[in-house]
Amino acid sequence: MLAATAAPRIDAKKRAVLDPRKRQFAKAQYAECEYSHRMNFYTTPPTGDVSLEEFEEWGIARLKVLAELEACQFRNKSPAETEEYMKPVLDKYMRLSSTGARSGEAGQLERKRDHYSHWTLRLAFSSTADLRQRFARLEAQLFKLRLQHDNATERKEFIASLPMSWEVVGEEEKRLWLDDLKAATGCRRDDDESWFKVEWEKVPELVERRQCLLKRGKAYVHVREQLSMVVNEFSRTLESGLELAARHLPRLDEDNRLGPILHHLSQSFVAPDAGYSESSSIGDITVPTAASIDGLSQHFPLCMQNLHRELRKNSHLKHFGRLQYTLFLKGIGLSLQECIVFWRKSFKLIADDKFKSEYLYNIRHSYGDVGGDANRRGRGYTPYSCQKLLTEAPPSAGQTHGCPYRTYSPDNLVGLLQSVGVSDRALLQGVREDVGKQRFHIACNRVFEHAHRGSLKKVKDENMWPASELDTILHPNTYFKRSFLLKNLGNVRSGDLGVVGGDGVGTQESAAGAGEL
Amino acid sequence: MEDSDMTDAPAAPLGNEEEEQVTDLPTPQDATAGASTKLEDMFGDDSDDDDDEFSSSAPARPAASSQPDPQSAPAPSKPRYAEPDTLRQFYSRLFPFRPLFQWLNHSPTPQPDFQNREFAFVLPGGAYIRYQSFASADLFRKQCIQMTPERFEIGPQYSINPRDRKTLRKASAFRPVMKELVFDIDMTDYDPIRTCCSGAAICPKCWQFITMAIKVVDAALREDFGFQHILWVYSGRRGAHAWISDKRAREMDDTKRRALANYLVLVSGNEQGKKTGIKRPLHPHIDRSLKILNPYFQTDVLADQDPWHSAERAEKLLALLPDKTLTTALQKKWDSSPNRSSNQKWSDIDTVAEAGNLSATFTAKQLVEAKQDIRLEYTYPRLDAEVSKKLNHLLKSPFVVHPGTGRVCVPIDTRSLEDFDPFSVPTVTQLLQEIDAWDAEHVGMTEEDRAKVQDWQRTSLKPYVEYFRGYVAGLLKAESAAGKRGREEEGVAGSESMEF
Repeated sequence: MLAATAAPRIDAKKRAVLDPRKRQFAKAQYAECEYSHRMNFYTTPPTGDVSLEEFEEWGIARLKVLAELEACQFRNKSPAETEEYMKPVLDKYMRLSSTGARSGEAGQLERKRDHYSHWTLRLAFSSTADLRQRFARLEAQLFKLRLQHDNATERKEFIASLPMSWEVVGEEEKRLWLDDLKAATGCRRDDDESWFKVEWEKVPELVERRQCLLKRGKAYVHVREQLSMVVNEFSRTLESGLELAARHLPRLDEDNRLGPILHHLSQSFVAPDAGYSESSSIGDITVPTAASIDGLSQHFPLCMQNLHRELRKNSHLKHFGRLQYTLFLKGIGLSLQECIVFWRKSFKLIADDKFKSEYLYNIRHSYGDVGGDANRRGRGYTPYSCQKLLTEAPPSAGQTHGCPYRTYSPDNLVGLLQSVGVSDRALLQGVREDVGKQRFHIACNRVFEHAHRGSLKKVKDENMWPASELDTILHPNTYFKRSFLLKNLGNVRSGDLGVVGGDGVGTQESAAGAGEL
Repeated sequence: MEDSDMTDAPAAPLGNEEEEQVTDLPTPQDATAGASTKLEDMFGDDSDDDDDEFSSSAPARPAASSQPDPQSAPAPSKPRYAEPDTLRQFYSRLFPFRPLFQWLNHSPTPQPDFQNREFAFVLPGGAYIRYQSFASADLFRKQCIQMTPERFEIGPQYSINPRDRKTLRKASAFRPVMKELVFDIDMTDYDPIRTCCSGAAICPKCWQFITMAIKVVDAALREDFGFQHILWVYSGRRGAHAWISDKRAREMDDTKRRALANYLVLVSGNEQGKKTGIKRPLHPHIDRSLKILNPYFQTDVLADQDPWHSAERAEKLLALLPDKTLTTALQKKWDSSPNRSSNQKWSDIDTVAEAGNLSATFTAKQLVEAKQDIRLEYTYPRLDAEVSKKLNHLLKSPFVVHPGTGRVCVPIDTRSLEDFDPFSVPTVTQLLQEIDAWDAEHVGMTEEDRAKVQDWQRTSLKPYVEYFRGYVAGLLKAESAAGKRGREEEGVAGSESMEF
């Protein structure tokens, strides 16, 4: 502000906007917001400056939270369980402190992050109806979760600040209608005797169930309904806001800096992205060899088991299947030499010459043994994550790569699962439902949790692994690693495999995972 | 020939109407002449209005063309009031098009409220033609006179003119935006509890059920929802419709309509003895309704309907009482002295209960509640709620002739609701005779004086039309006042809200 008077050049930004369509920004052009409440209704878009990195980073952090929230929902966690599960996640990615606990700079920054990341994702997820619906549902859940966490006074202040047209029922009016109010709202003896009134159109659900008193078009609602009303209002405004954003998206005045970020973000929503980290290998526990792959394949996720079976059946895999599988094997700690041996032996119908000329190079390239400087320095490609498998082009005839949960028809998928020994009826039904809702990675996690339910319980009960090690699995190599560790729980602990348990590895891994994002 | 005439009639676009006005305005035509002009129109249409050329998805067409037999068959056995000639007379001389237009338009000058509103015609042959719309009251009148629909129904105002719906690239752009909130109460829903008649028949005894229903629903709409412009209309045979024209009611979406309908629905007609699980303490709306209904329960239900007189009917009552000890005691008592009236049986419940025939777990309070439930079951309005829940539901217009009875669907004045007698509602044939009778009576009048008295004023339709005009005048007044206020507010808020 002061700078503006001193340096007239900046005034250019503050010039009156002549285009009436842009007038919405006229008032708050490039202004930082003051956040007086912990919670935010996200009615005004942010107008302050933000770096591209922050723009993306904050978006990703929020995305993580939403993905975890969705995972809770799809596993039928109770509200209490969800709350417990989400608390560390929220603290890690999107801390929001109460006004009392931490005000000033840090608190404001947290709120700014919250505000900006919401609007970032709003842009990213407004493109299709499907994404909009999902985003609105999850945001509403997050909003509710936080609102419940808010302390009573702050919540009251926040709700009072909302642009909702409710009015507290005054003492006189209350006395006049007390019996009716009590009868209508099912207010019990020990309940709070306070009500507020709104237009009845705001609370159609309560009207429908006859749970409010109606007087000349006003609904008298008990305070206990207030929370759900706020949440309803939140989703309503968000949904209409998303519709609006969707309509404006094609005309976004954009210079190719935001586009890729937004695209990436909405892509990651298919399955949250998870980076691969070295520690997903079991190289430090036991050294996998070409000969041990057959034995280890029981711990593979379905996508890799499927490739392995196809390979054994046909003694061949097509290019993308080979690539996917090779990278996975690299990820579990199979050395280049062993990997070459593995493929050589597996392709037993192929002559040595042909193998050398057509296949060897690709394997070495994947490991970064050959190829350009960048490839070598990066030690080849990183193993594919679930997100990559779920978004790449689906396999055509003869190809077997990708995620079977996505590429197989439900009936074939169930057949495949049964053939690898998954036969629990309830589990298969759950998988069918997940797949029907396109929650492919949730289906995969469901199978995993069922297969290891015993040891998982033990791990949880004895608090052997940190919570981050029990997150939703988002990478085939994580799947393998956990599966392997859980199956060898006793051995690992007693040191038979020469390792000190998952602890150190786990934290390291999750830190690495977050870093790679 | 008559066939094609009906199926193609909806194609008549607004654009052609001016031409028509010149060609066939005042000449009263007989049926064939009318049909031939329509054919001309139809051929004229196809040149400039090609929306029928590609798609045949309009609901009216397949429905009309799939059943050509009933169209030609029933013609000879038609009652007089359904004859095109009678209907043409009715539409041209008696039907109050102007107030109806104002009622639907909410303003004296045509606006989208009326112009984009769907009308559906049911033609004498049984053809059902949807998506008609009219630019003005006169054009609407003309088409009615020309097509002589047996009845027509009123639908919502659409986002665009319903006649242009097929010119849209996106089908989703054609959606209903506004309609009066409507209710339908039909006597058939009362069949499980009325003893006097069943099905389509009614008598003064069971009309009382409709009276009760109107009172309860009207009270709830006014007191709870604050609606003021409620028009009750006799449906022509055995029920009543309500049209609520408050702006707030008209603009409700389906969610709100459903919520409101379910707020009012307590007992449904189909499943007898269906326990709705009425919560205690009673919701103030139920409580008020019960207070309104109590006197009717004594006189109209217990005395007039006598619903539990015979032994097997009394079983229904016993089934509604939840206490086994009480029901066996009552059963015994009624077995030993049959022929007790419903009134006696109703008071027997209390006497037997007081004599100690109650289970230990069943309190006197529960008995009071059970009796309340029974009273509600036998008196509470039974709404055909589906009609109210959808914005795009069509409902028969007021003042049309009921094709089965010939009675005009007149509005019911709720101030003298008890005096409304469905059997004294004039039929269309009666009304036409009344005009003739009036003419004969006033032979001595000069032509000039005679012209001052319009046709409808010469008949017993007069009080109903006058009531309707008064009602519509009130609506328009409120509407223009609200419109002014709304515009002022918009002027203030407009600067910000227009941004998006």
